[in-house]
Amino acid sequence: MTARAHPPKRRRRPGWLPVLGLALAGATGASLRAAPPPPAGPPGIEVRQPWVRWLPAGLPAAGYLTLVNISGEDRTLTGATSPDYASVMLHVSYTLPNGDMSMRPISRLRVPAHGEQKLSPGGYHLMLMRQRHPIKPGDTVTVDLKFADGRILRVGLPVKPAGQTE
Amino acid sequence: MTPPSSAVARLPWFRALALSLLLLAGGCFHRSLHWDLTDISGALPNLQFDLATKDRPHFTEADLRGKVVLMYFGYMHCPDVCPLTMARLGEAVRSLGKDADRVRILFISVDPKRDTPALLHAYAQAFSPEAIGATSSPEGIRDLAKLYRVAYQAEAPDPDGNYVVTHSKGVYVFDAAGRVRLLGSDSDSAQAFEHDLRQLLQSP
Repeated sequence: MTARAHPPKRRRRPGWLPVLGLALAGATGASLRAAPPPPAGPPGIEVRQPWVRWLPAGLPAAGYLTLVNISGEDRTLTGATSPDYASVMLHVSYTLPNGDMSMRPISRLRVPAHGEQKLSPGGYHLMLMRQRHPIKPGDTVTVDLKFADGRILRVGLPVKPAGQTE
Repeated sequence: MTPPSSAVARLPWFRALALSLLLLAGGCFHRSLHWDLTDISGALPNLQFDLATKDRPHFTEADLRGKVVLMYFGYMHCPDVCPLTMARLGEAVRSLGKDADRVRILFISVDPKRDTPALLHAYAQAFSPEAIGATSSPEGIRDLAKLYRVAYQAEAPDPDGNYVVTHSKGVYVFDAAGRVRLLGSDSDSAQAFEHDLRQLLQSP
């Protein structure tokens, strides 16, 4: 066996921590595709409890997380993309007056100043459609959250089994 | 009921029987069961269906005779509420331990256009080994939904052809004799389902 140089040790982050990066205001989707995305996000936004519920057969999956806004200004989530899925939409499940369940896309989701916005089962969620490659429980899905100020926050969402309960 | 003749009423065995019946009735009142879900006993027809599963083109209530059945209508392209409900049902059944085998979760797709029996099998099994995925022809689903007063409606497709199906969120619970007993939904916790399942299994 020949001796090998050890690669620099990476610090392990807790699983729920988003992958943060440098701020790059005004970045366009196109430039993000080409270069490693600038992991910015609006000041004061933190992500808690990110996860994806795995479903078989490449079915659309839901992504969940809580956005915490420790800043004094409202922030607004306006969309998301993912290198792992061809399409990501902001969705909300809701109950109709007659008690039936439905779901629809939304274009904006406010994260109040000094408050939080939950994306959780039965309510707001990220609708992840058309996997670009096979995804299974134990994997981590990457999602870039787009905010109204143009900033983007890259988040890693651990993939949990279908039967995961909160 | 005709009153017993006085001769019969005077017999010691009859008095003993009458007394024990009274005590039994009193006992029932005292331990009237509390259900976490909604008691809908008698409000809907007994369990009856003729559906297609991965292995059977005609899977019917006879195949689930003796099992407590949790019947839920949904569709596989529903990433949020249907899996949430199925996950809770799966957890409730799992928590029954060895009694889990006395219960079946029947997931019926109201989207037979996209949801094939083979896919439904994989879907149901992802939540519980006791879960069965089934569907039917559009007409078959329409008739079954009507029988159990389940509403569903495929919404207009988006440019990619994806569509949402609006549907009732009820979970119907049938006892081992196939009688409808309880109604739950995604608003009920796994613990609520577990509590009522244990009760149904203990005192049918």
